[in-house]
Amino acid sequence: MKVYIIDYGMGNLMSVKRAFEECEADEVHICNEPEELFSADAIVLPGVGTFYEGMNNLNSKGWTKIIKQIAREGQIPILGICLGMQLFASKGYEGKEIEGLNLIDGEVKKLTTTNENERIPHVGWNEIHKFNDSSLFVGIDNATDFYFVHSYHFIPKYESNIIAKTSYCGEFVSGVSKDNIYGVQFHPEKSHKSGFKIINNFLSME
Amino acid sequence: MLKARVIPTLLWKDVGLVKGRGFNSWRRVDTVLPAIKVYNMREVDELILLDISSTNDKREPDYESIKEFSQECFIPFTVGGGIKSIENIKKLLRSGADKVAINTEAFNNINLIKEGAKIFGSQCIVVSIDAKKENGKYYCYSHCGNKCTGIEVSIWAKEVERNGAGEILITSIEKDGTMEGYDIDLIKEVTDNVKIPVIASGGAGDYEDLYIAINEGKASAVAVASIFHFTEKTPREAKMFLASKGVPVRK
Repeated sequence: MKVYIIDYGMGNLMSVKRAFEECEADEVHICNEPEELFSADAIVLPGVGTFYEGMNNLNSKGWTKIIKQIAREGQIPILGICLGMQLFASKGYEGKEIEGLNLIDGEVKKLTTTNENERIPHVGWNEIHKFNDSSLFVGIDNATDFYFVHSYHFIPKYESNIIAKTSYCGEFVSGVSKDNIYGVQFHPEKSHKSGFKIINNFLSME
Repeated sequence: MLKARVIPTLLWKDVGLVKGRGFNSWRRVDTVLPAIKVYNMREVDELILLDISSTNDKREPDYESIKEFSQECFIPFTVGGGIKSIENIKKLLRSGADKVAINTEAFNNINLIKEGAKIFGSQCIVVSIDAKKENGKYYCYSHCGNKCTGIEVSIWAKEVERNGAGEILITSIEKDGTMEGYDIDLIKEVTDNVKIPVIASGGAGDYEDLYIAINEGKASAVAVASIFHFTEKTPREAKMFLASKGVPVRK
């Protein structure tokens, strides 16, 4: 199982690489060449940073076209983490309005607090509530805590693309999927054992 | 529900971990890598590592060591000390840090916070503020507590929030290492003035102190050093205590 982590200049690739190595991946590569993605068994789009900056980097370095093609062909599973998940959307508003990868219909907008105790960014451990029964969450109990750190959230157009929700600022979508594309708003690579379980689930996708 | 975090803080000086009192009289407590391994194994909520001599020694963060530490850390890892540029932040994030903590350089160049937040996102920019009370007012200190900036904490907290900081780590210099309890007025001074999460630091002596910082101080997280270094108390017990008081914590 060869895992390719997309290096588009955004964030903590090392953490992601280490976590996948600790799980059941045989080889984990940090990938700098879009064309190389075709030889992957699984692809990870990680990322911290702003939507605008992230999309700009994907576009200018030639990733966008290749990722879209791989997603369309549906042979290689793709996991988006945090900003990586958000970039699957049609459009984002962080930094400046910009079109996303448009793999899952929806928009990415800023969280809005619903009471005075809530602070933004949403930082720390919070529960996920499974939705639509995704194979990404097999063996994960409902209300398991994962580590979040973000200010924006993905609002999918269709409920069928939602696989998890989390209570904060009302409720937001903490997991999405469509065909062979999976996205989580939290950081499985920083959520220790529960995170490893999700990574292994992802690695066993056909 | 979002959980209150209990965060062990590791102060890194020269080759090992130290803990002092009032930002002084440092005692050697451990070496870095084994400490990180233990905290990782115990699945603490998060870890903060501050390289406390880099700014005064005028050197860059030690990326190679950070790389080595982050290899063993599958929990969120914040690294601070000696950060002066966007390039420094980028290298730290690439070395495996999840967030960076910036203190001294923010006073010299607030644009570092602004640009850092713009490029890497607010969520990975933590501003660390060290404070001391004088004539009834709290003032910010830079250079590891050595230099009074003359800026009031409430004003600075708002300023860094406005420029894109994602979290504030507020440390009482006088309470630090005393184990007498946090300076709750100082924590409130920050939590009342900003809407971003605040990590309380400096002075935790027992589990009740953590509860007070969260419940009265409205801190989103509590940083703890001495009680984990010098007593039998553990992060797990701390969270069990908080849970018994009705504070949501990670199981």
